[in-house]
Amino acid sequence: MDFGFSLSPSSAIDLDKVDLSLYRRLEQTVPDIRSCIACGSCSATCMAADYSGMSVRKLILNLQRGADVKKMLSCCMLCGKCTMVCPRGINTRKLILDVCRYYSDNKL
Amino acid sequence: MKESVVIIGGGIAGLEAASQLLALGLSPVIVEKSDHLGGHVAEWYRLFPDLSPAQDLVTHLVSSTSGARIYLETEISRINALKDGYSATLNNGDVLFCKAVLVCTGFHLFDAAKKEEYGYGIYNSVITNRDLEHWFGGLEDARIPDNPRAVGFVHCVGSRDVKAGNTQCSKVCCMTAIKQAIEMKEKFPEAEVYCFYMDLRLFGKKYEDFYISAQRDYGIHFIRGRVSEVSEDIDGRLLVKAEDTLSGKPLKVRLDLLVLMAGMVCSPQTGRIASMVRAEVDDDGFLRSRDNIYSIVESGRKGIFFAGACTGTKTIPETVAEARAAALSAFRYIKEKA
Ligand SMILES: Cc1cc2nc3c(=O)[nH]c(=O)nc-3n(C[C@H](O)[C@H](O)[C@H](O)COP(=O)(O)OP(=O)(O)OC[C@H]3O[C@@H](n4cnc5c(N)ncnc54)[C@H](O)[C@@H]3O)c2cc1C
Ligand code: SF4
Ligand code: SF4
Ligand code: SF4
Repeated sequence: MDFGFSLSPSSAIDLDKVDLSLYRRLEQTVPDIRSCIACGSCSATCMAADYSGMSVRKLILNLQRGADVKKMLSCCMLCGKCTMVCPRGINTRKLILDVCRYYSDNKL
Repeated sequence: MKESVVIIGGGIAGLEAASQLLALGLSPVIVEKSDHLGGHVAEWYRLFPDLSPAQDLVTHLVSSTSGARIYLETEISRINALKDGYSATLNNGDVLFCKAVLVCTGFHLFDAAKKEEYGYGIYNSVITNRDLEHWFGGLEDARIPDNPRAVGFVHCVGSRDVKAGNTQCSKVCCMTAIKQAIEMKEKFPEAEVYCFYMDLRLFGKKYEDFYISAQRDYGIHFIRGRVSEVSEDIDGRLLVKAEDTLSGKPLKVRLDLLVLMAGMVCSPQTGRIASMVRAEVDDDGFLRSRDNIYSIVESGRKGIFFAGACTGTKTIPETVAEARAAALSAFRYIKEKA
């Protein structure tokens, strides 16, 4: 039915409804992602960040909130600078590769 | 006769100071208003960062002060300055003569019901850090469900909050939240555990390692955002709202238990105690030290010393270190006068 107006979808995060299946899988392969402190070193050092939305900080946060991460990943050059600077020692490059692998395995 | 020092308050500060004064050959007298020694620490179950039993520390301190005179359920009604010391009149009529007075009156736990938006005393499944310590210690609590699916912790309740009248950070509650989150996860491994924080303040030895372990080994979720309000849905579950400031989006989650990290605030009696020993109250409501760098245990008045949480928020190691420092300062003061 057309009421002549529509509601914009809520941007709120409902933690009871988020789909964490990909995050749970990555927790197994890169357990350190749980210890990210959102410091932003990874994004600050990333050569792709200036020209694209690439940010490992946002990647991890989006995974934790069940949000889409695919678009961002296409800009990564897998240079590994983010891994070198992470103060929590997270293997961010492996994380990116594992996410990509998940997408290609599932033909997403 | 040995020179005597009156210690007001038999928490860990008062006990440790008494034990040191005994070792220094003085005669400490503890005046404690409640019916037990150990103060707040006697209420806690396990202590960060080693998860050691709080009772062990209290038992140790109580046994090391067995040579001191101890009044329980007693308060001081009046302190008079004499030519070479003080006289303290107790509410039971006794009068104690001493060379120095050591104030160890500690802190008060913020009354979480004052932050009405968090629903303490309104909703069934909202408790405080103190309630949870009591429950860990074996006290029954009908508010804690048998099998919670989701548990939340709210940091900074009554601390860092101009509206609550306390701008200070309570220092111990980030660590207490992480400790209690780990303990809940150990009891309920299937439950999701969330900590809602503004900043994480983990400054002490082993504290950051404790945090890393909470993240990595226990999978506790840390959400940077202050809880704005709590409500109850028709099933009796709590609906908690905050901003997920890292993603810039509003966030909500349903919980079966919410634990409020009530902060350390000044005792409402601070003014009375200060005027009794003619010391000053600082603008944060705690007792004012002579200075906050070199002379925290000194009041600026001859023969009046402070130790522990009566001058501000303190951890146990800080409190114990101050108690030793205060005992030594009192000892030197007495010897130098003699
Ligand atoms: C929830 C919570 C958990 C904590 N857990 C830890 C932890 O795990 N590790 C850690 O390092 N620290 C912890 N702390 C901090 C710790 O509790 C304090 O450092 C400690 O209690 C300070 O000791 P105190 O003797 O100065 O004060 P208190 O413990 O407050 O003792 C003061 C004593 O003085 C008495 N008193 C007060 N006024 C008078 C008066 N007018 N006359 C006579 N007696 C009086 C009181 O009855 C009390 O017995 C925690 C704090 C909180 C709030
Ligand atoms: S590996 Fe990718 S995300 Fe990391 S710094 Fe290089 S381009 Fe940026
Ligand atoms: S550098 Fe490491 S800890 Fe910091 S935001 Fe990036 S992944 Fe997280
Ligand atoms: S220690 Fe943490 S929870 Fe406690 S007042 Fe300070 S920042 Fe808030």
